[in-house]
Amino acid sequence: MSEVAVIGFAASDRSVTTSGVETLVPVFEQALDRAGLGRREVDFWCSGSSDYLAGRAFSFVNAVDAIGAVPPIAESHVEMDAAWALYEAYLKILAGEAETALVYGFGKATAGDVHRVLALQLDPYTVAPLWPDAVSVAALQARIGIAAGLFTERDMAEVAARDSGGSAEELLGHPYLADPLRAHDVARVTDGAAAVVLAGGERASRHRERPAWITGIAHRIDPQGLGERDLTTVPSASAAARDAGLDHDVDVVALHAPFTHQELLLRHALGITGSSRFIGTDGDAMFSAGLSRIGAAAEEIMSGRAERAAAHATSGPALQQNLICVLGRDR
Amino acid sequence: MTIAFDYTRSLGPVLGRFMAGLRDGRVLGGRTSDGRVHVPPLEFDPITHEPVTELVEVAPTGTVVSWTWNARPLEGQPLDRPFAWALIRLDGADTTLLHAVDAAAPSTIKTGARVRVRWAPVRAGHITDIACFEPGEAERQETPEPGPPVEIMTTPIRLHYRHTTSDEEDAYLRALAEGRLIGQRCPACRKVYVPPRVCPADGVAPGEVVAVADRGTVTTFCVVNVPFAGQRLPPPYVVAQVLLDGADIPIPHLILGLDAASVRMGMRVVAVWRDRSAWTFTPENIAHFEPADEPDAPYESYAEHQ
Repeated sequence: MSEVAVIGFAASDRSVTTSGVETLVPVFEQALDRAGLGRREVDFWCSGSSDYLAGRAFSFVNAVDAIGAVPPIAESHVEMDAAWALYEAYLKILAGEAETALVYGFGKATAGDVHRVLALQLDPYTVAPLWPDAVSVAALQARIGIAAGLFTERDMAEVAARDSGGSAEELLGHPYLADPLRAHDVARVTDGAAAVVLAGGERASRHRERPAWITGIAHRIDPQGLGERDLTTVPSASAAARDAGLDHDVDVVALHAPFTHQELLLRHALGITGSSRFIGTDGDAMFSAGLSRIGAAAEEIMSGRAERAAAHATSGPALQQNLICVLGRDR
Repeated sequence: MTIAFDYTRSLGPVLGRFMAGLRDGRVLGGRTSDGRVHVPPLEFDPITHEPVTELVEVAPTGTVVSWTWNARPLEGQPLDRPFAWALIRLDGADTTLLHAVDAAAPSTIKTGARVRVRWAPVRAGHITDIACFEPGEAERQETPEPGPPVEIMTTPIRLHYRHTTSDEEDAYLRALAEGRLIGQRCPACRKVYVPPRVCPADGVAPGEVVAVADRGTVTTFCVVNVPFAGQRLPPPYVVAQVLLDGADIPIPHLILGLDAASVRMGMRVVAVWRDRSAWTFTPENIAHFEPADEPDAPYESYAEHQ
């Protein structure tokens, strides 16, 4: 029996200030309003953000102001996409330490050169000192996938065309950004913030007519070294999907793929076939994109548009870390 | 704004020998229990989880397994002209190494291309001892006896940011440029925040704009006795929290114009503004605070605001 459900979601893709706090206030208000929950009724707060991205130490400390931290609150933080903060909050509720939780993520990717900043998540001894940017690292992965015959540049363009409404033919006429990636293969760098409200057991049913029950959630990690991995496979995503109980019986899928070829690799790794509907994205808002995929999938259930949904989040270089969350109408 | 830090890392037994190898002009791989040779070496065997102890030399020549073209190199990358990034499997290795290839044009590199190490002219036991790779096969070379392991490596990190202010911070800084101090009142708890900010007690955006005085009360302070890099004043000097009249949150600033030992809690102070021609959008428009000719404030008047 599922014990934890999503009961509210809100996201903002407007420009985030350096502290993030001003952006978060309306996002919290919206998410809590949709969950029918007061701010003081939140038992546990958990966030995902990055000091390197924000360019300031303890970036999450300022954001805590948006919570209203007096009287004292229970709060935690992960330096990853906030989908991992959701996992922590999920466990907190399962453990009986909280009945409700608000999970949020925010990032100001436009403050610096995000693709250069992301080099710092690579091995600090043998790779990061060379400053390989995130687009180049992804391009190395894309070429291996193409060479292995898993997909073509046209397949990649078709992923972009689906989300942008353009034509793959036209996109393929554009120059390379980092051969074999073109501009449309790279998610737009955006600022963003998202919040998801969780509740356990009867508490969820009290707040929402159709809570989106988390029927399975799992995350795994592959080796950090790019040369240590077969970059055409995503074993951590496959393993997380298995542990989360992802099967072909999902109506809708929300993937977090910062590059078009990564969506194709993920579909393969997750065994998702044609019948599921995909929720597209417009950009990769650092540290909230994965969480907002879970929120978007939950929204499909809460609205009645779907009975079962799956969401995915990634973190680290070239799909190194992956989280799968399966949601359903029934407990 | 630029944030920079020279990360100093101790290397340990595996990477220390790997980096020493680079310094001595040889590439070492680590052999794991399945017989595979990893370059760069792993510190622990992913199968047995035992420390990796066997390091073997691999060739300075290898094969490109994947590549991409980098038309606009970024700060810190191995070459400052267009080059290829590549995953390279060195002869004798089972894994690939990420590095730059100094290729003239995208047409001159392909998967399967043979590339060799171009050593840096001066080597120090760092991954950048491999300046880059270049097309071709390395000639056989006698390498000297292995030198001592490298214990420490330093990696300078420089990142550049453009910080953005919120609407409230913007108004505060603009007022400072006109010689005014403003706060904003929390609509819930009615406290006046200087600088204006989301109320940390109530989590709501600030409301009514309130002018606050450029004089106030020292709520707490410290005497700086320790010299440090970038210090602007000779120690000892005083940094204090000053609760401006009309505000509910103190601001940090300097207290000068008296002996450091004479500063006390409750002391009344007044802002000393710089010359108007020097004003910009920063709290530095106030050079410091100095004692006001007033009796000390009673403790109860600032006890809540420390």
